Amino acid sequence: MTEAAKPLKVAILAMGGQGGGVLANWLIEAAERSGCLAQSTAVPGVAQRTGATVYYLEIVPGGKNAEPAPVLALMPVPGHVDVVVAGELAEAGRALQRGLITPQRTAAIVSTHRDYAIDEKSAPADGRVDSERLAAIVSGNARQYVGFDMADLAEETGSVISSVLLGAIAGAGALPIGREVCEAVIRAMGVAVEANLRGFDAGYNRAQGQPGRDDAVAEPPDTAIVHKDIQALLDRVREAFPEEAQDVLTAALRRLVDYQDLNYAKDYLDRLAPVLDLDGAEHGYRLTVTTARYLALGMTYEDVIRVADLKTRAKRFERVRSEVQAEAGQVVAFEEFMHPRVEEICDVMPARIGAWCLAAPSMKRLIGVFCRKGRRIRTTSLPGFLLLYAIAGLRRLRRTTLRYRTEINALERWLALLVDIAPDDYDLAVEVAECRRLVKGYGETHARGLAQYDRLVAAIHDHRGEPDAAASIRTLRDQALAIADIDSG
Amino acid sequence: MAERSFAGEVEKLRLGDGGELHGEGILAVTKALLQSGVSYIGGYQGSPISHLIDVFNDARDILEDLGVRFEQSASEAAAAAMLAASINYPMRGAVAWKSTVGTNVASDALANVASAGVKGGALIIVGEDYGEGASIMQERSHSFAMKSQVWLLDPRPDLESIAESVEQGFELSEASNTPVMLQLRVRACHVTGVLKTKDNRRPGFSAADALDAPARDVQRIVLPPFNYQHEVEKVERRWPAAVDFIRERALNEVREGARGEVGIIVPGGLYNTLNRAMEHVGCSNAFGNATVPIYVMNVVYPLIDSEVLDFCRGKKAVLLVEEGQPDYIEQNINSILKHNDVPTRVAGKDVFSMAGEYTCELMESGLREFLGRWAPAAVTIPPLTGTNGADMEELAQLVPQRPSGLCTGCPERPFFSAMKLIEKEFGDLQVSMDIGCHSFATAAPFNIGNTITGYGLGPSSASALMGRHEKRALSIMGDGGFWHNGLASGIGNAVENEHDGVIVVIDNGYSAATGGQWIPSSRADVENRRYRVSIVDALKGAGVRWIREVHTYRIQESLHALREAMTTKERGPKLIVAEGECQLNRQRRIRPRVRERLRQNKRYVRERFGIDEDTCTGDHSCIRLSGCPSLTIKDNPDPLREDPVATVVNSCVGCGVCGEVAHAAVLCPSFYKADIVYNPGFIDRALAAARSFVIGRLQAWTDRRLERWAF
Repeated sequence: MTEAAKPLKVAILAMGGQGGGVLANWLIEAAERSGCLAQSTAVPGVAQRTGATVYYLEIVPGGKNAEPAPVLALMPVPGHVDVVVAGELAEAGRALQRGLITPQRTAAIVSTHRDYAIDEKSAPADGRVDSERLAAIVSGNARQYVGFDMADLAEETGSVISSVLLGAIAGAGALPIGREVCEAVIRAMGVAVEANLRGFDAGYNRAQGQPGRDDAVAEPPDTAIVHKDIQALLDRVREAFPEEAQDVLTAALRRLVDYQDLNYAKDYLDRLAPVLDLDGAEHGYRLTVTTARYLALGMTYEDVIRVADLKTRAKRFERVRSEVQAEAGQVVAFEEFMHPRVEEICDVMPARIGAWCLAAPSMKRLIGVFCRKGRRIRTTSLPGFLLLYAIAGLRRLRRTTLRYRTEINALERWLALLVDIAPDDYDLAVEVAECRRLVKGYGETHARGLAQYDRLVAAIHDHRGEPDAAASIRTLRDQALAIADIDSG
Repeated sequence: MAERSFAGEVEKLRLGDGGELHGEGILAVTKALLQSGVSYIGGYQGSPISHLIDVFNDARDILEDLGVRFEQSASEAAAAAMLAASINYPMRGAVAWKSTVGTNVASDALANVASAGVKGGALIIVGEDYGEGASIMQERSHSFAMKSQVWLLDPRPDLESIAESVEQGFELSEASNTPVMLQLRVRACHVTGVLKTKDNRRPGFSAADALDAPARDVQRIVLPPFNYQHEVEKVERRWPAAVDFIRERALNEVREGARGEVGIIVPGGLYNTLNRAMEHVGCSNAFGNATVPIYVMNVVYPLIDSEVLDFCRGKKAVLLVEEGQPDYIEQNINSILKHNDVPTRVAGKDVFSMAGEYTCELMESGLREFLGRWAPAAVTIPPLTGTNGADMEELAQLVPQRPSGLCTGCPERPFFSAMKLIEKEFGDLQVSMDIGCHSFATAAPFNIGNTITGYGLGPSSASALMGRHEKRALSIMGDGGFWHNGLASGIGNAVENEHDGVIVVIDNGYSAATGGQWIPSSRADVENRRYRVSIVDALKGAGVRWIREVHTYRIQESLHALREAMTTKERGPKLIVAEGECQLNRQRRIRPRVRERLRQNKRYVRERFGIDEDTCTGDHSCIRLSGCPSLTIKDNPDPLREDPVATVVNSCVGCGVCGEVAHAAVLCPSFYKADIVYNPGFIDRALAAARSFVIGRLQAWTDRRLERWAF
C-alpha cells in the first residue's frame, strides 16, 4: 500500500440550514476534477432543523479510477482527521471535544463568528460562553489553524458562508484542490455564481493571510467643538473623580445629557458625590464605579418619553435602514409594536394626577380601555411620527411626572442604604450597588425585576453585620438573575 | 413538493447501459429498482428514506413511460399492504420507509404478506435510523425479519453493492416466495459514489394484466386452515429455497487472510468501518487486504449454517461484529457451532458493547482486545495516544449544546408561545405530544410536552387522562400524524370515548418534519393533485362538535381558543385546528415568484423585523417566548450596560411573530417591522418624499439640540 492511496479525512461541522451539504458537494466535485477519488456522507436527519451535524468526506489523492478501489469509511474517527471545517466557533470547539481536531494532525478551518445556542440566548442576563477563550483553545490544539469571521465576510460580499469556507479551504492549501478547480465547480453549479465567487475569493485571500475588516484599526474619536457648559462638567469629573471612574462617568454624562439635559447631568454628579467621599484608592474605587454605572442607568429609566424620543431620531432611521439592508434611496417604512399598560400611561402624567388615576379604580378602567390591545405605530407615516414626536417632547415636563418621582425616590433610598453601609462593610455596599442590575426591562418584566430587587434589599438588612454578608448577597443576586420570568429550562 | 428539488437527480434515472450515475446511495436504490423491472413502488417518507420518495415524486413522467406505478403511501401500513399485489401475480414491487418506526406501523400487513408468501419479487427497503443523529427509539429491524420470516439483506455501503443487492433481493424473493427486506443505515443512504448503470426495464407483468385476468388462489389467504399450512411452508420449503439461493449465488463473501487461526464475521453494512478499524490496528490496508480472514454477511437473516461452519472450523475464535441488541446473530452462530460440535469461541458483545452504534473507535478497541487474546501478532500498530488536546475540562464548559429546534419563521412557534402564556393562567399543563416538527417544543425555550408515543398517537396517548376533570389535559398532533393514523386512532377514539380534553391539530400544510411532502390537506395547487381535503371537514365527519380554527401567527386568537377550550361546558373532545404554512416550504414556494417579480421590475415589499438596540434592556424575555433562530443576541452597544441586547439577523423572513409576542406578552417596545419596497410606484415615491420632508425637518430640530450638547 502506498502512502498516496491513503485517504485524506475531512469533517465539516455545520448547523442545520448553514449549507454544509452544499460545501460537501463542492468539495467532492472539486476533488474528483482534481483526479482524486472522493466520497462523502452525513447523518442529516432532524439536525437539518437548526441542530449541529457533521458531514464526513474521504478524498484519495490520485485515486480516481484506482483498481482495486480503496475501501472508504463512513464516519470520522478521533485522532484520524486531517481537515476540520467548522462553520461556527462553538462547532469547532465541539470538533475538538470529539477528538476530531488533534494537535498532531488536523488543519482547522474555522469561522470564528458565534451563532449563540438557545441556552446562551435565553439566559435573563448574560449566558454567553467566553468566545475568545474558545478560539484560543481551538487554535492552540490544531496543527494548522485558519480562523476568521466568515459570516461577516459572507455578508460583506453578499454571498453565503459555504462559499467563504470553500475559499478558506483552498486558500489554506488544506486539500489538493486548487483555486481554479473550485471556481469551475462554483460556475458549474450555476446558482448565484457571481456572489459565490466573490465569497470564495474573499475567503481565499483571508486564508492566504491578507488582512480583513476585523483587523482594521479603530478610528480616533472626532474632536468636535464641545459646549463650554459640557466642558465645565467634564473638568469637574476630571478633577473630583479618580482615574478608575473616568470612563464610566464620561459614558454616564453622555447618556444623561442625551436623555434629559445638562442640569440632569449635574444632579447626577451631586448625587454621586457622597459615595465618592466614602471611597478610596485602597478599594480601587469599586463602589464609586459601580454606583456611577447604575445611578446613570437608574436616572435614565425607560419611560414612554424616552422610547418615543429614541424611535423618532434621524440616527435611528439610518440604523434601521442599514440593519434591514435597504439600498440607498430605497423606500423603507417601519412600524413599532407598543403595548403600554395603564401604569405606563399614568407614569407620564403629572405626579399627583398620575397617582390618583392609579388609585381610582374607575380611572384605571377608563384608561385601561386604551391599553387592552397592543398598538402598531407606523413611525414613517406622519400621524405616527407626529404622535411619537409629541410624546418625545414631553421630555421637558419629565421632572413633574409620576414616574420621575417614583424612580428618583427609589434611587435616593438605594444611595442612602449604600452610604449607610459603606463605612462598616465596604464589600457589602458594592453588592448593594450591584443589585440595581436586576431592575431593567419594561412593564411586567420591570415590575418583576423591582420585586426581586426589593427582596434582595430585605435580605441585605438581614445579613448586615455578618462577616460574609457580601458573598451571601452576591449568591442571592446571581440566583435572582438566573431566574427568568418565563421559564426556559 | 419536497423541501429539496430532485429535478437534476431524476434525469440520472434515465441513464442506460454503460452510463455513470454520480449520487447518493438512496439514488442508486431508485435506479436499481427501475433496472430490475419493478412494477409498483410505494413508501412513506422519513429520514433517511425521504429522498427516495421525493425522487420518485419528481420522476413521475419517467415512471409513467416505463409503466411503473408509484404511490406516496398514506402510512407504512398502506405501503406494506401494497405488496399484496405480489402474492398472486408475478409483479415485482418495492416499498420503503424509515425503520424501526415504519416497520412497527407496517408490521400487520407485513406479517400477513409474509405468511401468504409472494409470487413476484417483494422488496422492503428500510432506512435504519440507528446511532448518531437518530430521532427515534433505538431498536433493530432484524426482529421483524425474524418474527415474520422475511429475509434481511445488509449490503456493503457503496453504490455498486447497494444496487446489486436490490436486484439480488428480487431474485431471492422470487426463488423463495418470501418478501425480502433490504436494510440501509443512514450513512449508507447518504454516501456518495458512482454506479455503472444499465437500461431500465419495463415490468414483465403489469397491473392491467392482473385486472384483465384476476388470479385467485384460496391457499394464499391467511385464514384457517391455510395459515397453518403457511407456517409449515415457511420452514419446509421457503427457508431451504432461500438458503440454496444465497449459497449458490454467493451473496455472502469470504475474504481469506494469512492468520487462519482467527476470523471476523461482519454484516456487509459494517464492513467499511471494520476495515478502517483493522487498518488502525495494522491487520488490513486501504484496499481491504486483511491478514485476518473475514466472512462478510450481505444477508444477515437467515444465516447459512454451512457457510458459518466452513468459516469457523479450525479457528480458535471468531469475532462477530453485530450492532444493536438483542444479539440475535451471536446466539444463532453459537447454536450452529454447538449443534455441530465445533469448538470455535465466538466473541462479540463481550469485547464491543451491547448497546449503541458501532463506531470505528469502538471496533478498534474491541479488535485489540480480541486479537490480543487470540492472535497478538496480528496487531502491528499501537493505539494512538495523546489525541486529546489540552484544556479539555475547560472546553466542556465552553461548548454549548445545540439541539434541533423550530426553523426561522416556523408557524408552530407562535402557537407554543401562546401555550406558554396560557400556562401563566392555568398553571403547568399536561400535554401529550406527537411525532413531527412540534416535538421540538419539548425542548428549550418552550419545554412543553410530557410524552411522545408515536406518529398520530398524541391524542390517544392522553386517553387515560381524558375523563372529566377541573383542569383538562391537552394533546398535540401534526397534520402529518393526523392523516397517517391520527384521524382514526386519535380523533375517532376521542369521539367514541367522549374525551373531555383539548386536542390541537397543527396544520402546516405538509408532512413537514420529513421534508415537506404532500398530505391530503395540503392546500398547494399543482397539476397532479386534485383533492384538497379540509381537516375541519374531516373532524366534523368524524363526529367532533367543538372545533375552533385559529391562525397560528395570531397569538391572541390562539390564546382565546385555548382559554375557551379549557373552560367550555361542551362535552366531548375540544378541537383546535391551528393553521399556518410551513415556512421552509413557503419560502421555497414564494422565492422563485419574488425573483420573477423583481426581474420584471414589479413592485415587491420585503418584510422583516428588527430590534432597536438602544431601547432593548437585555432581559431576553422575547427569546424565551420565541426561540426563533433569527432572534439572537449581540454585545450591548451601551458602555454602561453589561447584558447583551436582542437582535434580529438577516435570515428573518418577517413572519410577524416577534411583534405578536411583544404585544401579547406586553413585553417591550423595541421591536419594529420594516417594509422594504422594491420597484416603488409613483404613489410610494411621492408619499415617501412628502413624509421625509416633514419628518426630516422635525428630526433636524432634535439633532440640533443633541449636537449642541454632544461631546
